[in-house]
Formats: sequence, C-alpha cells, structure tokens
Amino acid sequence: MGNVLVWVIWLLAAAACVATGLRVVTASNPFSSALSLIGNLASLAVLYLLASGEFVAAAQVLVYAGAVMVMFLFVIAYLGGRADAPWAGGTRFIQAASVVAAAAVLAVTLVAVLLDAGDRLSDEADIDRAFGTPAEIGRLFLTDHLLAFEITSIVLLVAAIGGVVLGMRSEAEDDAEAQS
Amino acid sequence: MLGPDIPWYLVVSAILFAIGISGVLLRRSPLIVLLSLEIMLNAANLAFVGFSRVFGELDGQIFALSVMAVAAAEVCVGLGLIVAMARRHLTLDVDELTELRG
Repeated sequence: MGNVLVWVIWLLAAAACVATGLRVVTASNPFSSALSLIGNLASLAVLYLLASGEFVAAAQVLVYAGAVMVMFLFVIAYLGGRADAPWAGGTRFIQAASVVAAAAVLAVTLVAVLLDAGDRLSDEADIDRAFGTPAEIGRLFLTDHLLAFEITSIVLLVAAIGGVVLGMRSEAEDDAEAQS
Repeated sequence: MLGPDIPWYLVVSAILFAIGISGVLLRRSPLIVLLSLEIMLNAANLAFVGFSRVFGELDGQIFALSVMAVAAAEVCVGLGLIVAMARRHLTLDVDELTELRG
C-alpha cells in the first residue's frame, strides 16, 4: 500500500516537473517563466527526497527556489517591460531545427538509458539510514571532498566580486555619459 | 526500493534536459535562456542523485551540491551581465548582440 502511495507521489512530481519545465520555455511573460521554474525546482526536490537525497532536497529548496529565484524575480521586476520576451527567434526553419535537435538528444539519451543501461541500473545498492543525511554529506565534504568544498567557496567569492564589478562599471560609464 | 526504479528518474532527467536545450535554442531573451540553463543543470543534478542512489555512494550527491553552488555563481554573473546590458540601453535579445562577432 505504501508502495502505491510512493508511486502516486512520484508520478505527480514527475508530471509537475515536466509541465512546469515546458511552461518555463513557452511562457511569453518572464514572470510566469520564473514562477514556473520555482515549481519545477520544488517538484525536483520531491524526486530527490524519493531517491534518498534528503540534504540535496533541502538545499534545492533553500538555495535554488529560495535565494536564486528571488534574485531572478528581482532582476525581472527591475527591468520591467524591457524584460518582456518575444516567444522565439529566427525563421521557422531555425525553430523547427531547434526542436528537432532537442528531440534528437532526448532520443539518444532514452535509448542509452532504457536499452543499454536499464538492466544494470534497476537493482539499487543497499543503503543504511545515514545515506544522504546532512551529517554524512558534511562528513564527506570535510574529508574526501575537501578540495571541491574549498574550490566552491572560491568560485562563489569570485562570482560575488564579479557581480559587484559588473554593476559598478556600467554605473561609472553612465556617469561619464551624463557629464559629456 | 519503494516506488519507481532509477531508470525512470533518468527518463525524467532526459526529458528535462531536452526541454532546457529547446529553451536555449528557441528563446531570444537572455533571461529565459538563463532559466532554461537552470533546467538543464537541474536535469543533470537529478541524474547525479539517481546514480548516487543506485550505486549506494554519496559522491553523486556531493557533485549535485557542487553543481548547485556553480549554478548560483553562474546566475549571479549572468544576471549582472543582463543588468549591465539593460543599463547601456542594449536590446535584451541574444540575436541582436553581435558586437563581438568576428
């Protein structure tokens, strides 16, 4: 019985995931795109939970759906009408070619997953209760993956400085334009 | 395992990745292109978490968390670029931005 419930939740989350993903791409209002992406990230967090990724699911909601998407919404609001996006670019031929390219990637991946690797991936390894918990993730980050952890902090620092520099430079040029 | 096997997670991940690709190729607004990039990164994350479950190793989840941090950095720089473009009164259209074309 519990199994059926898990299946139902999984199917709902997967359907929500695909539907909101399509909405992100097809909506012409950037606000609905960004809000749909929040729904997409939240339903992905449900899938992470069902795959025993508790900490990743929590980080997904906190970092992505929280911080990153708020930044997106702030910029969309700041740009106002300028952020409004025409639906697609290029000729009809380019649009059709884009869809065909995406479908080709999908087909190749599906063939690889379902035909080639499907048998090997269908029986999961046994895991203990600590799998995916914050304690275990933290232990790995501070022992086996310490270099990745430190590099991540440097990348975030550089990105923050880069964001500040990008913001400052254009302001200085605006002032120069105003004086001339 | 309760619920679906891991290949189903990979199918969802592949579909999401294809949606992200079509978004990057179809849309002209840099904002929507960034949002579609996020979808692609998350599709990769879902595959990482699925593989991590199937092999019983947490390395995949560590990688997913690192991808998340890199995505945050990418959004920070990308949105900075978009705001800088808007301040210079450039059109927010990736097809129009041809200044660097050789």
